[in-house]
Formats: sequence, C-alpha cells, structure tokens
Amino acid sequence: MSLLNIKNLSVRFGDANAVPVVDGPDLSVEKGEVLAIVGESGSGKSVTMMALMGLIDAPGIIKADALSFDGNDMLKLKGRQRRKIIGKDLAMVFQDPMTALNPSYTVGFQIEEVVRQHLGLSGKAARQRALELLERVEIPGAASRLNAYPHQLSGGMSQRVAIAMAIAGEPKLLIADEPTTALDVTIQAQIMDLLLDLQRDKDMALVLITHDLAVVAETANRVCVMYAGQAVEVGQVPALFDAPAHPYTEALLAAIPEHSQGAKRLATLPGIVPGRYDRPVGCLLSPRCPYVQQKCRDLRPALDPSELGEVRCFFPRNQNTAPSHPENQEPAR
Amino acid sequence: MSVVLTARDLTRHYDVSRGLFKPHATVRALNGVSFELEAGKTLAVVGESGCGKSTLARALTLIEEPSSGSLQIGGQEVNGASKAERKQLRRDVQMVFQSPYASLNPRQKIGDQLAEPLLINTNLSRSERREKVQAMMQQVGLRPEHYQRYPHMFSGGQRQRIALARAMMLNPKVLVADEPTSALDVSIQAQVLNLFMDLQAEFNTAYVFISHNLAVVQHVADDVLVMYLGRPAEMGPKEKIYAKPLHPYTQALLSATPTIHPDPDKPKIKIVGELPNPLNPPSGCAFHKRCPHATERCINEEPPLRLLDARQVACHHAEVINGL
Repeated sequence: MSLLNIKNLSVRFGDANAVPVVDGPDLSVEKGEVLAIVGESGSGKSVTMMALMGLIDAPGIIKADALSFDGNDMLKLKGRQRRKIIGKDLAMVFQDPMTALNPSYTVGFQIEEVVRQHLGLSGKAARQRALELLERVEIPGAASRLNAYPHQLSGGMSQRVAIAMAIAGEPKLLIADEPTTALDVTIQAQIMDLLLDLQRDKDMALVLITHDLAVVAETANRVCVMYAGQAVEVGQVPALFDAPAHPYTEALLAAIPEHSQGAKRLATLPGIVPGRYDRPVGCLLSPRCPYVQQKCRDLRPALDPSELGEVRCFFPRNQNTAPSHPENQEPAR
Repeated sequence: MSVVLTARDLTRHYDVSRGLFKPHATVRALNGVSFELEAGKTLAVVGESGCGKSTLARALTLIEEPSSGSLQIGGQEVNGASKAERKQLRRDVQMVFQSPYASLNPRQKIGDQLAEPLLINTNLSRSERREKVQAMMQQVGLRPEHYQRYPHMFSGGQRQRIALARAMMLNPKVLVADEPTSALDVSIQAQVLNLFMDLQAEFNTAYVFISHNLAVVQHVADDVLVMYLGRPAEMGPKEKIYAKPLHPYTQALLSATPTIHPDPDKPKIKIVGELPNPLNPPSGCAFHKRCPHATERCINEEPPLRLLDARQVACHHAEVINGL
C-alpha cells in the first residue's frame, strides 16, 4: 500500500462544468521516496498538492476516485480528524519563506505552536523541542533566534524556520512547493542538502514541486511531468532525462541553456500553454507538438505504461520497440 | 572592434541613516568595477542578491550618478557631460528590466509605448513612427494587431518581447538587461533568449547581461564578471572561467548550480553561511568568512584584482588553490 495514492483527481474553480485546472493526475508516493513534480506555471503542480492538504477553498471543487494518505481517505475525513493529520504526518513547505511566517510573532512562538498542537508538549518542554528543531535545521545561534521576528531573518534562515515547523511532527510525507525558488544559488544548495538529509534521516517521503529540471536531476528518485493540468509523463530519474518519452518532456529538456552545447539558438516549443478557454479537443500539446498527427488532434491520449514509466502520448518518443515514425516531421507553426 | 562602453573604477556608495544620534553608515554597493565592452559582445554579470549587480546596471544606464570613477559610452565621458549631451548618451544605453509585469505601463497601448522613445528623441512624423514600431514588432515576433492592445492581454514572454522591442527602438549602442528571463518559464525563457541573440546579431548591440543563472550566462556571454559584495571577484572570457574557475567564490557558485547530468563522483563544494551585512563588511577579503581556503592574510589584507591565467582574479591564494 502506497503512502499516498491519488487516482483521477480533478480540481475546478467555479461551477461543475468549468474547465478543470487539474485533470486526472494519477500519482502514488511510497514511503521514503523523493518524487518531483515538474511543470511550467499554470500546469497544476501546486494545486494538486494543495487539494491534498485541504487548502482549496470555495469555489474550488475537488473530485477524485481516490485521494488517500496513509490509509485515510482525505476527502471523507471530518475537519477535526483531518487537522490531526495535516501539519503532523503530512506537512508542507512553501515557496516564499517571507510570507509563510507570521510577521507578528516570534519564530520560537510559531514553532512552539506546532509542537503544542501536535505533540501535546507545553511550557519548558515545548521551548526545548523548538530549540532542538532550530538546531536540527542548522540555524547558527539557535537559542538567540527563538526570540527573533521573521523580519530579522534572511530568506534562507526564514526557509529553515519554515522547514523546522514542517518537520516538528516528524511527518511521513513532506511536500516542498518550490522551496528554493526565492533563494540564491549557494543558499539553494544548502536548503536542498538539508531537505535531503532530513528525508534520509527519518525515512520520510518528499514531494518536491519545482520548475527547475536540474534540481530534479540532482535530488529525485521519480519525476512526474505536468502540462496544462495533466500528468504527461511519470518515470524514473535519470532514465527519463536520458530518454524522454513525451514530446513535451523532450522539448522542456531541449530548452535548457545547459543543453545548447555551444549552439547560438536554443530549441523551443512554439506558442504558449493553452488557457482555460482555448483547450484543444485532442491532446493538449497538439497545437505545439512537432510530431502532431491527425489522431492527436481528434482524441485525447490516456496515461499509458511505456518502457520507462507512464506516458500520455499516442506516439511516444525514444521507444526502442515502437516502429511508428510520424510522417509529419515539420514543426507546427 | 570598437569599444562602446568603458568603466574605470566605478564606485557607488550609499549613506544610510541609523538613527538620530548615530553617525551615518556607508554601504559600498559598488566598489571599483572596471571593464571594457565591444560592440556586438555580451558581458554577463553574475552574483547573488546584494552583490551590486543592479547598482551597476543603474550606474551604467545613467539612472544614478556613480560616487566616483569614470564611465565612457561610445567614447564619450559621462562625468561632466552637459544636459544635452546626457540626453544623447541616454539614447545610447537602454535597459530591459526583470519583471515584464511591472515595467510596462498598464494604461498605455503597446504601440504607443513603443513609439514613445521615438516621440521624445526624434523628429519623425506620426506615420513614420508607426511604420518603425510595426517593423520592430515584427522583428520581435509580435503581430501587427497587437499594436492596439494593452499589456494585460499578453503573457509574460510576450511582455518581455515588448520590453525588449521598446529598448531597441532607438538602436542603442548598449543594452543593459537586468535578470530579463528569471520571471519566465523554461520554454519561454528559451524563446526570449533566442530573440536576444537574434537582435544582437542584427543590430550589433553590446549587451550587459545581469543574471544569477549560470547556465543562462554560459549560453549568452562572451565575458563574465563575478561579483561579491560590491567587488569584482573574477572577470574574464567565459570559456576560461567555466573551464577552470580560479576564485573560491566562483568555484562555489559553479559547484552549487544544479545540472541535468550530475556527476556523483565530483563532490560539491559546500560553502557555509550567508552574504555578510553590507553595512558591516568583513575586513580584508570580503569572502574570507565563507571561504574554505581563508588564512590570516585574507582577514587583514584586501586582495587586489590581478591577471592570472588569462583572466583577472581577486584572491591572495589563487595559485596555491589551483596548483598554478
């Protein structure tokens, strides 16, 4: 039994006929695994995890065949039971550490609040635990930092505090939503090291949401690539990077400057991600895909197993057995 | 090749009030930066937040006066230039900003925003201006009907195209781009970077490209300037610096940058701590508190920039560290 199991999740905002923002990603996360969810803005990577955390408010509508965490059906749980799990067994670190912390309370108070709620400690014991947590996330001079307010900390320090709060209940699954996007590159390396260290230390599962493929290549076991609300490819790292099966994954990798290898121009996908009102009938990538065929324009592919993982494409790339060569090799303009 | 931009010992200090009864403090945001830039070439400036990258951009574009040092644009000295000369100089240096959401006027049509530089700086008639704008819009991949639209109708990538078109309207000698793609997604970033390269090839513009993304810099730059706390740490040709960085900070930056094909046998250089407070910078070498190779000398003595292995580097121990 997987730690986290998501089947056919859809999230839409507005009425029941609205175009779903997230449309059917099937995901499972095992104990102690690092799964990365990659995609561009608006691909639904954050909303998927916010649905799990119960952070989608009205008018958001969540539907799923299964949304289970550690044996609990997260959609059926009552508020009180849900609050016992979220923040303890299931915790999240957000992108911007400056806005994730409450500016009116000291760092120590905010960590103690989590400790009181979920571990039932109080007084000196709670203070002591908060101090241990700050030391665990390698904040220098932790004892004096307990009384600091968030504005007195740098971005990297604030992110460490946010991580300390998230790991306070020794979670089984930690979701990190772009945890290093707001940070400088040397600080980013420090924070990623810390997250992976915690993950190994406690055998915790980590879901890393990011748009940076290089971060994924260095940290994740498995990766799920999302496009316009759908998971288009799920596979192992580094196999998926060496031989991407979905044309979108292939294009995303080719667009990285690191892959230019001295060429003056970077490979690009023409056009932009389809918006809410201009979704194509067939495959969501069909207007931009260089290998598009009539079948892609008419029908929407499902997420099918391929050699390396799962892929949502009628004509997957880099399949040794696949004989089909698309006749239409001209890039669509 | 002709040199279009020369900076000599460019310095910008800010006075910061610390309270009624305390003396003013000085932030040395930019401290002795010198370089030459030729037409059609790209100088990339890299460093972390607070290293003085954006202060340099503001000084180069004449938005702010440097505290000391000299700046020449197209061979003409900026210090002591008259008002009319300055107006001409400003035409020659244009800028593209980081966020295309904030740098375009939301209440003005795209066509009018692109025509404004021409309206202010040239005597072209309305129809001539329109013609020029249409030509430039085509060049950056915008359609003619976009002329009448407002910024909110465009995506981030398209807005950055518009910002770039606006900067190129007067055919400047130098274009300063401050983190122009850091707000964009990977696939859109590739489109915009391609556009930058195409326009440079077409107009032979010199670029000062400010970025914290070393992969992007490796793609666009000819020369690289690495800054730390307002000072140049290392400067030289891109090939030299990426193949063998000599300054410990450059080494740490390159090592900390994640790559698609990580090499498990190559250990990462880990640097501890964060950027020091610029109000109270460390003595000697600004990097010594985080540097794994720091010695007594680094604490006491500030290392000057010196020539070593075909690039300039500011480190006392560059030879020893790199076995030169």
